[in-house]
Amino acid sequence: MALPEVKQTATDARLAALTLPTGGCLEDARRAALSRVQTLGLPGRRDEYWKYTRPDTLTQVEAPKAAIFDTDEAPMFDEFDRLKVVFVDGVFAPEESDDLSLEGVTIERISDICDKDIHWAKDLYGVLEARGQSPVARPLAALNTAFAQDGLAIHVTGKPSKPINMIYRHSDEGSDAILHHVIRVDAGAEATILENGPAASRFNKCMEIDIADTGKLHLVRAQGRDHERRAATHLFARLGTESEFKSFTLTVNGVLTRNEAVIELTGDDAIAHIAGACAGDGDFHHDDTVFVTHDAVNCESRQVFKKVLRNGATGVFQGKILVKEGAQKTDGYQISQSLLLDDDSQFLAKPELEIYADDVACSHGSTSGAIDEDALFYLRSRGVPEGDATDLLTLAFLAEAVEEIEDEEIAAAIVTRLEGWLARRR
Amino acid sequence: MLEIKNLHVKLEEEDKQILKGVDLTVEAGKVHAIMGPNGSGKSTLSYVLSGKDGYEVTDGTATLDGEDLLDLEPEERAAAGMFLAFQYPVEIPGVGNMTFLRTAVNAQRKARGEEELSAADFLKVVRAKAKTLKIDADMLKRPVNVGFSGGEKKRNEILQMAMLEPKMCILDETDSGLDVDAMKLVAEGVNALRDEGRGFLVITHYQRLLDHIKPDVVHIMANGRIVKTGGPELALEVENNGYADILAEVA
Ligand SMILES: Nc1ncnc2c1ncn2[C@@H]1O[C@H](COP(=O)(O)OP(=O)(O)O)[C@@H](O)[C@H]1O
Ligand SMILES: [Mg+2]
Repeated sequence: MALPEVKQTATDARLAALTLPTGGCLEDARRAALSRVQTLGLPGRRDEYWKYTRPDTLTQVEAPKAAIFDTDEAPMFDEFDRLKVVFVDGVFAPEESDDLSLEGVTIERISDICDKDIHWAKDLYGVLEARGQSPVARPLAALNTAFAQDGLAIHVTGKPSKPINMIYRHSDEGSDAILHHVIRVDAGAEATILENGPAASRFNKCMEIDIADTGKLHLVRAQGRDHERRAATHLFARLGTESEFKSFTLTVNGVLTRNEAVIELTGDDAIAHIAGACAGDGDFHHDDTVFVTHDAVNCESRQVFKKVLRNGATGVFQGKILVKEGAQKTDGYQISQSLLLDDDSQFLAKPELEIYADDVACSHGSTSGAIDEDALFYLRSRGVPEGDATDLLTLAFLAEAVEEIEDEEIAAAIVTRLEGWLARRR
Repeated sequence: MLEIKNLHVKLEEEDKQILKGVDLTVEAGKVHAIMGPNGSGKSTLSYVLSGKDGYEVTDGTATLDGEDLLDLEPEERAAAGMFLAFQYPVEIPGVGNMTFLRTAVNAQRKARGEEELSAADFLKVVRAKAKTLKIDADMLKRPVNVGFSGGEKKRNEILQMAMLEPKMCILDETDSGLDVDAMKLVAEGVNALRDEGRGFLVITHYQRLLDHIKPDVVHIMANGRIVKTGGPELALEVENNGYADILAEVA
């Protein structure tokens, strides 16, 4: 079927400006992804899936400029013992990174997986992304698979003693980064991955995560303070029997962020928790688009998203739980809430359930509200000044999402960031 | 200590006069009780004194130790020594009770130019006070009033009062919904705070609370006014005969 003309033109223009990396073992996967982009076309304003978020700056040929944000503050996660892997404007920076060897995990660049003949990575690259194109198209992810300039292949074979921290620095005001990571967690293996930083003026990131039976992966990311940066990220995860995937994303600032998570529970008794907290002030548009598919028995999924918005900021949540036929005993939970600190800000939510099994417990809820006046008065009547009381209630509102982080120290670091955001706005 | 003169209050949003000239003085060291039918304006009086939004003072004054209360923000009134034990304590999901208490205590200390309590000192004090009110460690950890029983909420109010050591304590139906044992705990908590420098205004429907917290003065409020003032015997009269006789007598 031919694409609408506007979409065709935009897609052609964008593709013409990119060069498909050729040679090597990923070329077939890249070409297949390119043909997906050509068939689907890049997202346009008329697309139902982009109803609440304008995709044009994410798809246009040139990345809009974004000022580099400077701060004296210690970078996120600095206080933790971790393995640092630094990318500058989307390119691996070995001189700034730690030695990538760590017991229980093997880390390679995707550009090395052919020479080093890393089968699992070749077999995973682009596969979950391609699966994730149905029932809803995600052309920016296919574009990523085709053109990714760098990325990691992380193989978790044991229980590494410390988290792996991808640090995404932004150094060029016009940088346009496309990063693609593939992650494989073996049976019984367990790791924590941290990500932080804005990465580039425009960042397209795709992460494909394959978790074998009984494997566990925890992902905590903080998307950086740069006000003008834009990001479209995709997380594709496939979970085996009794495996576990927990992800939390903190977003403060950034003019545009679209975080998609596509989770497939394919083995019985698996657990997936996807959570996010965002705080936006003014020119801030934040979109969480989540699609969880239950395709096995007795799995649990949770989606917990909280957004604090002020001065005309916009929050979007599109979340779906799909329970396939036979996925009995599914326990699915979804909550998306916004706290609007003024009348100019808005929250647009589209929660969806689609269930084809009869013995399931699924619930979803979405709310949008202001600070609870009774709670505010109660605090003030005890002597807490209005500003402090508002901050306390704002953090309390975000707490349900932050509590999804299993590691208490990491959760505390996230709370500190949120406190900082609130303090800067007093 | 607390001096209320000719206080007239209407709802901000509606043309409804609720307090129609309240005159009341609570001296330091004294316990005053207010009784009166439902809807007579008792809670409104307590809210207006603590600075809740939604009410408009159309006439009259209220001062605490000579300081005009009505001009102050709620937190400033608290720092000046005003405390209200709420008729319906508010639940605050996501804010731990302990965090709430420490934030409140330190905010008031700061407002008064005193040094903040260290975490360790605070913990010691709060544990001791909680124990006398039979508030266990779990209740201190849980979010403020969330999932608390009616009695637990009221005991939690008294704990806050004990921690904040206010000058002027208003208790709005702190006894309602309490069983006999819980009421005794609450009364003991209040009595432990009785002090020459502190005034109490106890709003209640029942003599049984006043058996434990002996009032010096009893007021009857009806239709937005104090209609009768007397000694403790007035509360007994209400207990035995209800409000009808008193209201008929002053009508
Ligand atoms: N915020 C409000 N909105 C509407 N009516 C109110 C409000 N606050 C008080 N009232 C009314 O004012 C009157 C006095 O109420 P209240 O002070 O709660 O009485 P009491 O505590 O003596 O039972 C009642 O008629 C009540 O309905
Ligand atoms: Mg009342």
